[in-house]
Amino acid sequence: MRIEIDEDKCTMAGQCVLAAPNVFDQRDDGVVAVLDAEPPESERTAVEDAIIRCPAVAIWLAAE
Amino acid sequence: MSGLRRIAIVGASVGGLTTAESLRRRGFDGVISLIGEEVHPPYDRPPLSKQVLSGKWTPDRASLRRAADIAALELDLRTGTRATGLRPGLRQVELDGGQAVECDAAVIATGLRPRQLPMLRGLVGVHVVRTIDDTLALRAAVLEAERLIVVGAGFLGTEIAATIREMGPRVTLVDLVPEPVTLQLGHEMGRLVAQLHRDHGVDVRMGVGVAEPIVDINRIRGLVLTDGSRVPADLVVTAVGSVPATQWLRGAGLDLTDGLVCDAMCRASPGVYAVGDVARWLHANVGGHIRIEQRTNAAEQAQAVARNLLAGSGARPYAPLNFAWTDQYDVKIQMYGHRRADATFALIEGSPRDGRFVGAYLDGGQVTAVVGWNSPKSLLRHRELVRAAAAA
Repeated sequence: MRIEIDEDKCTMAGQCVLAAPNVFDQRDDGVVAVLDAEPPESERTAVEDAIIRCPAVAIWLAAE
Repeated sequence: MSGLRRIAIVGASVGGLTTAESLRRRGFDGVISLIGEEVHPPYDRPPLSKQVLSGKWTPDRASLRRAADIAALELDLRTGTRATGLRPGLRQVELDGGQAVECDAAVIATGLRPRQLPMLRGLVGVHVVRTIDDTLALRAAVLEAERLIVVGAGFLGTEIAATIREMGPRVTLVDLVPEPVTLQLGHEMGRLVAQLHRDHGVDVRMGVGVAEPIVDINRIRGLVLTDGSRVPADLVVTAVGSVPATQWLRGAGLDLTDGLVCDAMCRASPGVYAVGDVARWLHANVGGHIRIEQRTNAAEQAQAVARNLLAGSGARPYAPLNFAWTDQYDVKIQMYGHRRADATFALIEGSPRDGRFVGAYLDGGQVTAVVGWNSPKSLLRHRELVRAAAAA
């Protein structure tokens, strides 16, 4: 799985950090920072939760 | 096993679509009918009062999912279709035009309808912002306008005022409350938001209401306010709250007191659940029935309802920590928790003078909510204060 983000859409809600703390963080300005753009399968549930909870629709998985 | 084969979801915005998505994630392979009144593919509402109104984004950028992602859900997607009734006994959702959708369970995610001021009804030049069509109509009108009035200084009204001010026209912001966003964030934050708007040239008139419209044939030309002042305007935008879109559920035998009333599992009656702005459910930690008109809750509640629908007797109460935000000019205000009306406010980091701070709302010494002003990362850390207090 490969994670793609749109920094311009990010609204700095931090929901992704709450859902998948091993994969997402926030920069000092609050914008999403991807810690691991190709995380292991064990993170899939957490990453999908982050995608669903992101209120800005700023995160998605690249087509496989 | 839930034994469900057909689930109807009424409302195709974030709550409805996320319910469908979550059902599929959990392996539900039966029929999902997703019924939406609007003709557009599912889209997101927070950008409407900001990027879509300003024109910074084309409307398609507010789409909730790519077309391929929606296709992959293999939905019975019925956009442009209005549900007109629910017959829980027969497990049927009735549609405009006499058709019906059979289902073993129904999820109600029909959201809100904007409240309108009766005295302004039918006048040309009066706008609301709820749908993308509303927003594009307002945008077209703003581009021709020199001065306008925004009635209602909650999150939506203040966002609309900020966006339009930055587009050029002169803006007057009117509300009966003493400061903007007082009901949401209290007086201390309200004073700062009022100053923010004044700094950007908005004429902020708080503590006054609308007495009557100034009308030229059928076109609005301004408002007379309750203090007797006359404010000329080319347009009036109202953002005076909303009512849950439950009218179509009358006769279904459900409790529709300020929303669709649900138990702690978000269940209104056997086989009927509610999600998002329309749902009034028993929040175990808050200790009463609440309704949350927030984007993040709609998605989170949808996940919970999908889980509970399929869990049978293993359903779990839904008791989230609320998150709300608003973006105005270059300021981002975010809040975690459930602020009570009589809460006291205390700064816990930074200060308004620095242009960034975190504050707490206290109830009898207990933190019930935290709020951040341009402090997203720090606020997330302080979220733990609310969680700890809620757990104590």
